[in-house]
Parts: sequence; structure tokens; C-alpha cells
Amino acid sequence: MKLQALHKRTTGASLLALLTTGVMALHAAGPPTVQVNTTGLKVTDDTVTVGQLHSATGTMAISETGSIQAEQLAIDQINAAGGVLGRKIEVIKEDGASDWPTFAEKAKKLLVNDKVGTVFGCWTSASRKAVLPVFEKENGMLYYPTFYEGLEQSKNVIYTGQEATQQILAGLDWIVKEKKAKTFYLIGSDYIWPRTSNKIARKHIENVIKGTVVGEEYYALGHTQFGSLINKIKLKKPDVIYAIVVGGSNVSFYKQLKAAGITSDKQTLLTISVTEDEVLGIGGENLAGFYSAMKYFQSLDNPNNNAFVKAFKAKYGEKSVIGDVTQAGYLGPWLWKAAVEKAQSFDIDKIAEASPGIELTTAPEGYVKIHPNHHLWSKLRIGQWGTDGQAKVLYESGLIEPDPFPKGYQ
Amino acid sequence: MDNYSWADLQNIFIMQGFAGISLFSVLLLMGLGLAVIFGQMGVINMAHGEFMALGAYTVYLCSTLTQDYAPSLAPYYFVFAIVIAFFVAAGVGALVEWAMIRHLYHRPLDTLLATWGLSLIMQQTYRSTFGAREVTPTLPEWLMGSYSPHEGLDIPINGMFVLGLAIFVSITLVLFMYKSRFGLRLRATVQNRKMSDAVGINTGRVDRLAFCLGCGIAGIAGAAFTTIGSTGPDSGSRYIVDSFLVVVFGGAANLLGSLASAFGIAQAQSILEFFLEGTKGKVATLLVIVVALMFRPQGLFPSKVRAH
Amino acid sequence: MIFLRTLFKNRGEMISFIVFFALLLVVLPIVLPIFRLNLVGKYLSFGFVAIGLVLLWGRCGILSLGQGVFFGLGGYCMAMFLKLEASDPKSTAIQSTPGIPDFMDWNQLTHLPWFWEPFKSLPFALMAVMVVPGVIAFIIGWAMFRRRVGGVYFAIITQAIALILSLGIDGNQGYTGGRNGITDLKTLWGWDIRTTSGQYTLYFLCVLLLIVAALAAKYIINTRFGRVLVAIRDREDRVRFSGYDVAMCRAFIFAFAAVMSGVGGALFVLQVGFMSPSLVGIIPSIEMVIFTAVGGRLSVVGAIAGCLIVNFGKTAFSEAYPQAWLYLMGGTFIAVVMFFPNGLAGILEDNATLKAKALKLFAKLKELKASRAAKSSVEAPIEETP
Repeated sequence: MKLQALHKRTTGASLLALLTTGVMALHAAGPPTVQVNTTGLKVTDDTVTVGQLHSATGTMAISETGSIQAEQLAIDQINAAGGVLGRKIEVIKEDGASDWPTFAEKAKKLLVNDKVGTVFGCWTSASRKAVLPVFEKENGMLYYPTFYEGLEQSKNVIYTGQEATQQILAGLDWIVKEKKAKTFYLIGSDYIWPRTSNKIARKHIENVIKGTVVGEEYYALGHTQFGSLINKIKLKKPDVIYAIVVGGSNVSFYKQLKAAGITSDKQTLLTISVTEDEVLGIGGENLAGFYSAMKYFQSLDNPNNNAFVKAFKAKYGEKSVIGDVTQAGYLGPWLWKAAVEKAQSFDIDKIAEASPGIELTTAPEGYVKIHPNHHLWSKLRIGQWGTDGQAKVLYESGLIEPDPFPKGYQ
Repeated sequence: MDNYSWADLQNIFIMQGFAGISLFSVLLLMGLGLAVIFGQMGVINMAHGEFMALGAYTVYLCSTLTQDYAPSLAPYYFVFAIVIAFFVAAGVGALVEWAMIRHLYHRPLDTLLATWGLSLIMQQTYRSTFGAREVTPTLPEWLMGSYSPHEGLDIPINGMFVLGLAIFVSITLVLFMYKSRFGLRLRATVQNRKMSDAVGINTGRVDRLAFCLGCGIAGIAGAAFTTIGSTGPDSGSRYIVDSFLVVVFGGAANLLGSLASAFGIAQAQSILEFFLEGTKGKVATLLVIVVALMFRPQGLFPSKVRAH
Repeated sequence: MIFLRTLFKNRGEMISFIVFFALLLVVLPIVLPIFRLNLVGKYLSFGFVAIGLVLLWGRCGILSLGQGVFFGLGGYCMAMFLKLEASDPKSTAIQSTPGIPDFMDWNQLTHLPWFWEPFKSLPFALMAVMVVPGVIAFIIGWAMFRRRVGGVYFAIITQAIALILSLGIDGNQGYTGGRNGITDLKTLWGWDIRTTSGQYTLYFLCVLLLIVAALAAKYIINTRFGRVLVAIRDREDRVRFSGYDVAMCRAFIFAFAAVMSGVGGALFVLQVGFMSPSLVGIIPSIEMVIFTAVGGRLSVVGAIAGCLIVNFGKTAFSEAYPQAWLYLMGGTFIAVVMFFPNGLAGILEDNATLKAKALKLFAKLKELKASRAAKSSVEAPIEETP
């Protein structure tokens, strides 16, 4: 009842707005609310509210801070340029507190209580898996920024990071070509993303590259003692260490590698889990010479990226760094804006329908395009870390088609 | 294990032995402070890990200050930073003892809960002060890298440093406990508080000093761990279960017991990790300890005297 | 009447019990929208753990830092059934092996592991929700209490067990869903648990079961067995010398608390729609103790209220000031432990007894005055005659 009344009031208001088009030229930029919002979302004549759901506290706050900042930056920039369909974006921020049930609870609050519809958020696979049923049931739209394991596709999610095959295959091919690598040692933190990624890597190594995997191991998140693992590596002498270690373990892992004499002049190491954010903690000197496979590095030299880096540093300080996920987070609001404008509506169904085919030429990483499976076409780049914590981009692939359910890799 | 050369295996054997020893020194440093606080005083300090983080953050702060104001001292600052970490942690420990712990000595289970509350507060303080990201101090060059007597054999220098520190702290602590006046008073208080009071020992002061000492050692441990890992607001909670198991498994009131149990657990874990896969090695170690404790609840070396 | 007297010590207790549950059963469903009510239901599922802790910790003096283990076991038993129902061959047709849960397929399992098989049956799953935690707790408890492990040692060992289980679940992704847990649960015997009506039903089910659990706990507390428990807490050796099997009593109450936690876990899964190891480990286990301590470790109603208050505080505060939340929680906790060891219920009770005492004193004074007045009126003439 209450809602209906509210709806009526907004209808009246928007009619009024229509009548006063001549006077309020700015508002006239947007079509009337009744037209762009048929499902009762929180959209008024001059504002549209979206949600942001990340961990501001708890263990994941380390990683998610960058995404929070980048999404906010994008929203600010969009607002400064006149908003979306003539409406300013307002953000309701919720803290998932690194706890999956809390993520589900807050997602529900945003969609049901606050009626926001579109949410930018989540980081770990676990948090995404926890909120996914909520988004599907309440029909929301999640813009998810992290590179992840694939094996998922939903009408209610736009994946702005890379799925596993995009990140893994081209990188392995490159290292084989450059380093004539034949033997690989796969290492990961113990959860779904590293495990699935290594599974894909193993299939590619064994079936396509015709190399061998000499070891594959997983350590609990937060594990800090890698002495035994390092000895096994020394015994097996792999051509390439393929590392997907995340979080705090990262720092211990690379420090101990260096302390054990495994440095880039003797050993090739390729990782898909180290971005500029992680390097900040690990320290450039412990990583120097190792390779990361990502779609984005802060050091990319193109006009889009230079402007992005400049704006980011202006807002969050000269010392801040930008990693792959941060950039992917930045894409979210822009992709949403493009979809809304294409659909001429804030309705989730229409956004979902309009999204495939949307292109962004202004992305810091270059050109991206939404695939019908709601993932992005994107490039893969190989960066070599320097002591200053920045990567030198050595290789850039062509646009890779996202394939969350890869045949032959499952 | 098919085609490895004899020299390879020999090297691995030595390095694996060292990996075990280096894990031992880490566990020992974690456990020693707790052995004083929990073993001697019966206080369960759930904020023990946060005191370690305090030591680590102190080193980080020293490192930043050195870099900003006295870059020429960079190669040496680390040694001083460890000493400072000891005093900072001990100082905060004294404050905590005065404000909180001394009111709870007769309720050991409640100290557990109260110090848990304290650990939440300390974590949030770190997060507000140093940010949510993990930090690493810039370590002097001489601490990094490895000692390599011949090809294929690398002994990490930071591991040796931690080992040396652990030995130094243990010896000092044992001497302190068994040769000094304070040690004598502390042991007397542990054995019979009323009698100690009666013969004129200021047991309140002994308690405070013992708590300070334990926290200070935790600070040293945290400082030492900056050489092998990073420090974040939550890193303290990573250590807490390990430290308690070391102390309990060793037989709480016995310093040498902690030593032996740290050694046993470290060797078991590093060997199991070598032959099993990562997480499984850890789980297997924990299981062995818990089952052993079920059958031998008083630990490896139970104290002969009943502490009350 | 006699039965009621075993349940409640006095009328005040009975009234507070009735008022509290009337609030849960009638007032909240009317006042709150379903989203908030669902949250209340989620918090109440921790109430089961809290009831267990009142018996175990408040009454019997055993602090377990591993209640999350039993909450988790119960929850996983329930989640396994729901997951199997959600993974019928039709809705999992996209997988390389249709008909098994999605995470198994991702981990290249090609058939259902043997221990999942029985969970296709609802009665078995419901039984397992209670039996699995109960039996495991009994074995652990009996092994330890027989060797007189108690107090601090018990707390630390149960904490290690919580760590082992959460690491074990993490590390066996193909069988347990790993860190992500078991997600995307939809129906219970074809009945959609995610709809509004489903959530109302589950909420009422949760409250009703909670009433049953609370009454059972109160019954235990006020029987002879309950008094033996308190005696064990206060002077274990004397109870032993009197011929009681202390280890068995403790193991029983530990198992009972575990069964309660298991039921709580199952209700959590039904209302939240997933289960993950983040509810099993060290931190959630301690948090459950915090709820109990804040509410009052001696009072059944108090402990349940503690779950509601702390969790609501968490939700409200973390929406407004996420940074301040940990300070507040830590501070409250220290304050409760140091100054109000019996929690909120203790404060209220103290107030009530104080009030009663004051009233009594007042009445006595009045009486005294009256009697003195009477006396003086009698004695006055005598005094006047020198």
C-alpha cells in the first residue's frame, strides 16, 4: 500500500517535471521516471540509487579497498558528467565484513529493503556464491570485478574481471614460447579459484602444451610457513612455478622463496594472483623479475589509462596503486551506465537484455565488450615486476573471448 | 622419487631439517611468552597474537622513521627495533594487567573472554592506525638472501636469524627464571601464593612483571616474524591456536616442556607437509596433537606441583 | 502446577519467559517486515547454541570454544539434504556429470561420495542433524572428562577442534564445497524455502522449536540433575566423592548442548539458504560464547536475548559506523566479563532482587514504626508515671 502511494506520488511528480520541462532544462535530459522504472526501484526524477557491497572490515578489506575506491571514482565522474538518464547516482554502501553470511544478508537488504536493483560489489568467489541466489531471486544486477574461476553464468551478474581461461591459457602459451618450459609446479591457496584455475592450467599443460606437471599443492589461506614446499620445488626443479597464492600468505611465500635462493635469475615464476595491490605488501624487491598474467597493469601506457591513473591518484593520494581488480571495479559503473542508456531504463531485465554487445572504448585497459554470456572480451598481458613495485608489460594478446564453461578443460 | 641424484637428496635432507628447525624457532618464540603468562600465571591471554602484531608494527614504524630521518642507520636499525618492540609490548602489557587482568586472576575462564574482547579492540586500533593493508618493514640487506655453501644447498639467513633469536630468548628466559631473584619469587608465587605472600613477596608486583615479560617476549616474536611474513591487523589471530597448543602440549607450567613440544610439533608438521599435501599436513599435525592431549591431558611434561 | 514449578523458580521468571516468547511469536512478526524478521530468525538459530552454553558453561562450568563445530555439523547435515534436492539431473544438465552437486562437478567427481548417499532421505538428514553432533560431542567429551581435562584445557582443545574442522572442510573441496560452502539451496521436499510464506513458516518453526529447547533446558536446570551440574561446577571433587559419575554427567551435558547447536545449525541453513565453513571455525565459536555472556550465562531467556541484542547491534552499527563496531563489541565484552559476569539477565535480576529487598526493608521499617507506635501508645502512660 505504502509503496503504491509512493509510486503514485512519484508519478505525479514526474508529470509535474514533464510540464515544467521548459523551466528546468537540466531535468529534461532524462525521460520520466514512470517510463524508466517500472519495477519500483529507488529512482526519482533526479536521482538513482545503487548499492555497493564490499568488505570494509575483516581479512578481505585489504583487497577490496581498491575496488571500493575505483567504483566510487567512476560514479563521481559519471555524476560530474551529468549522471545517467539525467539522474545523479547515489550510493548506499554496505559492509560485508569478510563474512559470507553477512554478504548474503546485506545483499538482501540492498535489494529488498533499499530497492536499489544494481549493486557493485563482492570480491571473493565465496562471497559471490553467497549472494548469487539472492540476486537471482530478487532480480538484482551485480557487477563483479574480480578475476575468477568461471563455471558460472547468470542473467543477474556482469563479470567485469576475467574468467579463468582468459587469464590462464594465453599466459601459459607465452611462457612456453619464451622460456621453452616443459615442467610446471602448480601452487595455490586452498579454495575454489586456485583449484579450478590449476585444473584448467593442468589440462592445458598436459593436453595442449604436452608438458608435465611435477607437483600441485594447496595451502590454507593465511598459511605462513612454506619451507617444506620450497624444498619440494628445489627437488623437482620445475621450469616454471605457477603460483596462485593469495592474501597474507603471498608475502610469506615470496619472502621465503627469496630467502631460499629462488630468484628470477635462476627460476621462472608466473602468477595470476599478484597485482600492484599485493606487491605493495610483498615488496618489489622480493618479486623482481617474476611474471604476472593479468588484463591490466597500472603501467599501461595509453591515454585512457593515463587519465584514469591521474584521476585515481588525485582522489586517493599519490602513493595509491591500482591493480587489475581495481580497474575492473572502475569499469562496472561505466558499463552499467552504457547499458541503462541503451535500454533507456533502469529495469534490471532491460539492463540484462541490453548489456550484451555493449562496448567501452574509454576503458583504461583499452577496448572491452560485453559477451552474451555477461563476461567481457578482453586482452591478456604479461608483466614483469620491477623493484619499484610496477610491472613492465612484455606481451599483449588479442581480444580473448570469455568462455566460462570451457570444453575440454572441465 | 625416481631419478634424483644422491647430492640432491642430501641437500634436500639438510634443507628440510632446517625447515623443521626454523618452524621450531617460530613456534618456540610464539610459545615462550605464552608459557610465562599461561603456564606460570594461569592467565589465558587471547590477545597474545595481538601483542605479537604490536611488536611487528613497532618494527614497521621504526623502519619508516629510519628511512625518513636517518637512512644511514638502515642496516642496523633492526636490532634496536627488536629491543624497542620488547619494551613497547611490555609497556602495553603492564597497562592491560593493571586495568584488567589483575581483577580476574581468580577467574581464569573469564580472562580468556576479556582478553578476547581486548584483541578485538587492538585489531581495530591497528586497522584504524595502519590501514587494512598488510605492511612490511624494509629489512636490511644482510638479513635477506641465503647462505649457500655449495650449489643446490641454500640456508635462508632470516631463518637462521630467527633461530638465533629464539635460542637467545629461551636461554635468557631460563636463566632469568632459575637464577635470578625475580625468577625465584615468581616460581614461589606459582607454587604457593599464600605462603609467598606470607614471607613478604609482593605477589601483585610479581604478577605484573611476569605479564609484562610475557607480552614483551610476544613483542620480540612479532618483530622477528617480520623477516618471514607480513603484518596485518588480523595477523595476530593466525598465531593464537598454534601458540596455545605448543604451551598446552608441553605441559603448561614447564618451560622446557614448551621447548620440547615446539620441537616435536615443528618436526611433525614440516615432515608431514613434505610428504602430504599442504593443508592436509597441517590438519594431520593438529589431529595428532589433539588426540595426544585427550590421552595425556597434562601434556608431555606435567609439572609435579599443583598450581593453585 | 508441579510441572510448572519444576520449570520456573518463581512467578517473575515465568512472566519474563512468557513475555519474551510472546514478543517473538506475536509482536515481531506484526511489526517487522519479512526481511528483518528473517534476520531475527537467523539470530535465533544462534539462540539454540546459547541455550546449550547456558547449561554447559553457566551451569556446569565447562567453557567450550568449539560450539561452532556442532552448529556446523548440524548445518551441514541439513545443507547436504537440501543440496541433493537442488541438484536433480534436470537443473544440473549443464554439468559434465548431471545429478551431483555443482561443486563436486567442478572438482571432477563423477559420482556421489558414499557418505552423501543417505542424505537423499529427509528423515535420515533430520536425524543426522541431532545424532551426528551429539555422538561426536559425547565421544570427545567422554574421552576428555574421564581423564579430568577441564577448564582452560578443555577450552583450548575444543578451539583446536574447531580449527581442524574448518581447515578440513576447506581442504576437501570436492566433498564439502570447500570455503564457498554449500550454496544455492532452494527447496525442502519440493517446498520453496525462499518465498515469503516459506520464510514466515520457518520463522515460526524456529521460535516454536526454540521454546521447546528453552523449556527442556529449564527442566534440566531445575531437576536434581541440574543441581548436580551446579555442584560439579562449584566443587567437583565433593560430587565425585558422593558417588556421582562426574565424567558421565559432563559428557552428557556436552552432548546435549551439541544436539542443541546442531538443531540451531539446521535452522540457520533453512533460513539463510547456505552453509559455509566460516560458521564453523574459531571466530564464530567464540562469538557464540560472546552472545551468551552478554545475555547472561545463567539465564536461558537472557542468553537468547543476548543473541538478538548483539546481532542487532552488529547489523545496526555496521550499517552506520563499521569502524566503531569492533571497539563497541570488544568494550562491551570486557565490561560484561569484568563487571557483570552474569550478563544482562544478571543485571536485571540484581535490580529485581534489589527492588524486592528494598520493598522488604521498607515493609519492615513500616512494621517497625507501626509496632513502635503501638508500643509507645501502650507504654506512654507508664512512662508518664514517674
